[in-house]
Amino acid sequence: MRKRLHRRRFLLGSGAAAASAALPLRVSFAQAAPLKLGLLTVKTGPLAQGGVQMEQGLSAFLKDKNFTLAGRKVDFIVADTGGNPAGAKTKAQELIERDKVDVICGPLAAFELLAISAYTAEHKTPVLSLAAAEDITQRKPNPYFVRASATSAQAMQPLADYARKDLKLNRVICISEDFAFGYEQMGGFQRVFEDGGGHVLKKLWPPLVTADYTPYLAQISDVDAVVQGFAGSNPTKFMKQYADQGLKFPVLGGEAAADDMLMPSFGDEALGLISAAPYTYDFESENNTRFKTLMEKDYHTYPGQYAALLWLNGMVVEAGLEKTGGKTDDRDALIKALRSVSLKDTLRGPVRFDHLGNVIGNIFIRRIVKENGKLANKTIKVYHDVSQFWTYDEKWFLAQPVYSRDYPPIKS
Amino acid sequence: MRRGAIGGLVALLLLASVPFWIVGSYYVNIASQILIYAVFALGLNVLVGYAGLVSLGHAGLFGLACYAAAVLLGVGVGHTVAIIGALAVTLIGTALFAGLALRATGIGFVMITLALGQILWGLAYRWLSLTNGDNGLSVTARPAPFGLSLDGATPFYYATLVVFLAALAAVALFVRSPMGASLKGTRDQPRRMTALGYHVWLIRFYACLFSGLISGVAGVLYLYYTQFISPQTVSLAASAEVLLMVISGGSGTLLGPIAGAALVVMVKNVASAYVERWNLLLGAIFVAIVVFMPEGFVPGSVRLARRAFRGARGAVARLPAEEGP
Amino acid sequence: MTLWLLLSINSITLGGLLFLLSAGFSLIFGLMRIPNLTHGSLFMVGAYFGASFFFVWIHLDFWLAALLSALLMAAIGGAVERLVLRRLAGNELAQVLVTLGISFMVADLCLMEWTGDPISVPTPLALRGATRVLGVAFPIYRLAVILIAGVVAAGLWLLLDRTRIGAMIRAGVDDPQMARMVGIRVSRLFTLVFSLGAGLAGFAGIIGAPILSVYPGLDNDMLPLALVVVILGGTGSLLGALAGSFIVGFLYNFGQALLPELAYFVLFLPMVLVLAIRPQGLFGLRAP
Repeated sequence: MRKRLHRRRFLLGSGAAAASAALPLRVSFAQAAPLKLGLLTVKTGPLAQGGVQMEQGLSAFLKDKNFTLAGRKVDFIVADTGGNPAGAKTKAQELIERDKVDVICGPLAAFELLAISAYTAEHKTPVLSLAAAEDITQRKPNPYFVRASATSAQAMQPLADYARKDLKLNRVICISEDFAFGYEQMGGFQRVFEDGGGHVLKKLWPPLVTADYTPYLAQISDVDAVVQGFAGSNPTKFMKQYADQGLKFPVLGGEAAADDMLMPSFGDEALGLISAAPYTYDFESENNTRFKTLMEKDYHTYPGQYAALLWLNGMVVEAGLEKTGGKTDDRDALIKALRSVSLKDTLRGPVRFDHLGNVIGNIFIRRIVKENGKLANKTIKVYHDVSQFWTYDEKWFLAQPVYSRDYPPIKS
Repeated sequence: MRRGAIGGLVALLLLASVPFWIVGSYYVNIASQILIYAVFALGLNVLVGYAGLVSLGHAGLFGLACYAAAVLLGVGVGHTVAIIGALAVTLIGTALFAGLALRATGIGFVMITLALGQILWGLAYRWLSLTNGDNGLSVTARPAPFGLSLDGATPFYYATLVVFLAALAAVALFVRSPMGASLKGTRDQPRRMTALGYHVWLIRFYACLFSGLISGVAGVLYLYYTQFISPQTVSLAASAEVLLMVISGGSGTLLGPIAGAALVVMVKNVASAYVERWNLLLGAIFVAIVVFMPEGFVPGSVRLARRAFRGARGAVARLPAEEGP
Repeated sequence: MTLWLLLSINSITLGGLLFLLSAGFSLIFGLMRIPNLTHGSLFMVGAYFGASFFFVWIHLDFWLAALLSALLMAAIGGAVERLVLRRLAGNELAQVLVTLGISFMVADLCLMEWTGDPISVPTPLALRGATRVLGVAFPIYRLAVILIAGVVAAGLWLLLDRTRIGAMIRAGVDDPQMARMVGIRVSRLFTLVFSLGAGLAGFAGIIGAPILSVYPGLDNDMLPLALVVVILGGTGSLLGALAGSFIVGFLYNFGQALLPELAYFVLFLPMVLVLAIRPQGLFGLRAP
C-alpha cells in the first residue's frame, strides 16, 4: 500500500493569480496576508462518514471561489481530531497556536466542541460548528461561536408540531441513543408534543454502542408512532432491525436519522420515514443546485447536511469578511460581523442568526420515498424562520433546565 | 555506570531546555503531553514490566483521578485539596480494583481489569449527576504554585517536567528496592517465591497500589492540561493505547515506556498533520517493532546498536595491525 | 408475557450469532494461548468482503459469498500466523502489540476501501420476513442463524472429536510439549487452527451482517462481546463457547430490557464475578 503524505494546506498561488487575472479591479482591496481557515473534522473511526463530508463540503465551496473570499486568498488547513475530546483540543491548539488560524470551522461532535469551547473563546477565535450542543448558544454561551446548522432540538420541535397538527398523532414512544444529543432531541420533541396535547409514553435509551436493539424494540407497542434520533451509522442498523422485528408503526426521525448521505445505505425498510432537518437535498435554490453539482463533480458524493452546512459556513465566513472589508485582526468586530450576516439565497433558504449566535432559518419536514429505483427524501412541509426556542419566549426557555435524560419528565 | 550518568545528565539538560530549542507553544504542549503519558506508562509498566501483570483497565484508574479532581474542583475546593483528594480516591479505587483482579493471573487478570475498566467507563457515562455524562466536566483554572501562573505552555511544561522527574525517580527507586526485587521474583518464579516464604499476593497488591498512584498523578496532570474530562478518557481504547506505549517502548525497562509514549503521542498529534492515514502508520510501526525488536523499542535499539558497534570494532580489529614490525 | 417470550427467543438467536463470533476466538486461545485481539477486525473484514461479493463488487448468491469470504479470511489468517505470529511464541506482550497493531491497520484499510458509509446488507430472499414462534412474530433470518450456529457447532465437534486432526488439536491444547514429543507437527497445526479461527470469524461477520450491518467501528463493538463469551463460558472448550454464548445472549436481552439503568454493566459485572470466583470460566478446563 502507498502511504500518501499530504501537507494539509491548500495554498494555491496559481489560484490566486487566476482570480486576480479574472478580477483585476478587486486586487487592490486584497490584504497581503492570506486568510487562514482551519477545519476540525473526523476522518478516522465511526464518525468518519460525516467528517469526510464536512471536509468535502467546505473544500467544494472554497474551490468554487478559487480560494479567495472577499478579495483575500485563503489558506485552508484541515485537522483530524480522531473523534475524541483530547484530540479535538490538541488539534485546536495546533490550528490556533501553530498555524495561527483566523477562523475555525467544525468540530463535528458535541463533546469535541465542549472540550475546546473555553479555549477558543479565550483566544477569541470565531468557531462555526455543526455540533448541536444546546447550551453553547443558550445557558453557557460562547461569545465567539456561530452555528449555522441547528441545536439538537431545533428541528425536533417543529417535527412535534407537525406530528400533532398534521399527522394527528396522540401517543408516541421515544427512542434514542443514551447521550446528550439523544436527550436533547427527544426532550425538544416531548415538550412541544405534550404542550400540543400529545402523550409520550416512554423514553428508551439504548447505549451508543448497541449491537442488537431487540430488547428495546420488544418494549414498543400500543402507540401511534415511534420517534427516534439515532445518529452516525446507527440509523441504518435500527431501521433494519425495526422492520425485521415486524414493527409497523410509523417512524419519525431527527436530522441525523434520515440524513441524505445515508440514502444509498438504507434498504426499503426506510420507506416512509418522516424526519426534520435544517437541510434537505431536494430544496430548490440556485445555490443548492450549484452545491450538488460540485459535490458530484469533485467527489462523486451524494451530499447530506454535513457537507451542506459546511458549505453554508463558508458562505457565512465570506459574508462576514465582506462586512469587515476582509480584515480579521479585530476579532470582536469579526464575530460581530459574522453574527450579523443575513443571507437570502443559500442551499437551505434564508439564514440569519440570533443574538446568541444560533441560526434562524428553514426546517424541512421530509419523507423517504423511492424515485427512479433509489431512496430519496421528499420535502412535505417547510417551517420558516425557526429559532432554537421554537415559539417559546427566550427568557422562559432559558430559565428551564437544559433537556436531559429525565427532563422533561414522563407524565404518568 | 558512568556512561549512564552522563547520558542521564545530557537528557536532563535537553528536557529542561525544551522551550528554548522547540519552536512554538504548540510543540511545547506536545512535549508536555509526552511527559504526561510517559508518567502514565511508567505507572502501568510497574505492573506489566515488573510484576508480569497485564492490565487493560488502567485508563479507569487514570480517569478516576481525573474525575475525582474535576468533581472536587467543581464543588469549589482549592487545588491542593482537590489533588490530594483525587489521589486518595484513586488509591481506594485501585485497592478495590486490585482486590478483585488479583484473584486471577495471566489472561484472567487481563480480562478482569478490562471488565473493571469498562465498568468504570459505564459509570462515567451514566452517573450523570456526578460526571455530566458525555458532555463532560470542565476545569476553569490551573493551579498556581507559589503564585506562578501555569496558564502558558512553557510554565505548564516545567511543572509537568518536575512531576515527571519525581515520578521517574519514584519508579526507579521502587524498582531498585528490595520490594522491586521481590516483585520481579513474583513475576519470574511465583511458586518459588511462595516456597521461600514471600507473600506473593501482598507484594503484587502493593505494586498495584503504587501503579495506581502513579497513574493517578498522570491523570491529575492530564486534567489540568486539557481542562476537560469526558468518558472517552476512560474507554477501552485509552487503556489499550497506554498498554501499547509500554509494550512498544519496552516493558521491564525505565526508558521504554517513555519512548513508547513519545512514539504514540507524536504519531497521533504531529504526524497526523502530514499523514492522512496515520492510524495505518501507527499500526505499521507497531508491527515493525514486533518484527524487528520484539522486546520493545528501547531494548531492541540497544541490542541493534551494540551489534553494529561490535561489528565496527570487529572490523577495526581485523585491520592489518597484526602485521607488526 | 409476549415480552418475555420475545426476549427469550432473541436470547437464543443472539446466542447463536455470538457462538459463531467467538468459536474462532475460543479455538485460537485454547490451543495457541494467543489472545487474538484482531478477532474483531477479522469479523469486520469478513463482513465487508462478504457484502462486497454479495452485491457491492459482484453479485453472488449470499451463501456463496459467505463461503468465499470465509475462505479468504482463512487464507489471510493463515498468512498472518505464519509470517508474524509464529516467531512470537510465548511472548504474550509482543502478541498483544502485534494483534492490536494489525487491527489498527485493518481498520484504516477498510476505511480507505469501503469509506465511512455504513453498508446495510439485505437479508437473503429466501429468509426474508417473519414467522410466528409460540405466537410471537419473529424474523426468519434470525431463526436461521440458530440453525447455522448449530451446524457449525456440530461440524466443529465432529472435527475435534472424530477426526485425527481433531485429536491432534486436542492433544496440542492439553499439552503442547508432549504432543511435539509424540511427533505431532504442532506449528503446522497452529497455522491450521488460526486459519480456521479466522475463517470462522469472517463467516460470522457476513452471516451477522443482515442483522448488524457493516460499518467502521464494528470491530471494536464486537470484540468485547467475544471476550465476555469466552471468559464466561471458559476457554479451550467448545461447550464453553456454546454455553457462554447463550448465557451472554440471555444477560444481554433481559438485562437491557429489565434493568435499563444498568445497561452498561449487564455484561461486565457478571464477567467480573465469574472471574473472581472461578477464573477458568464456567466450563473451562483449567485456569488460564
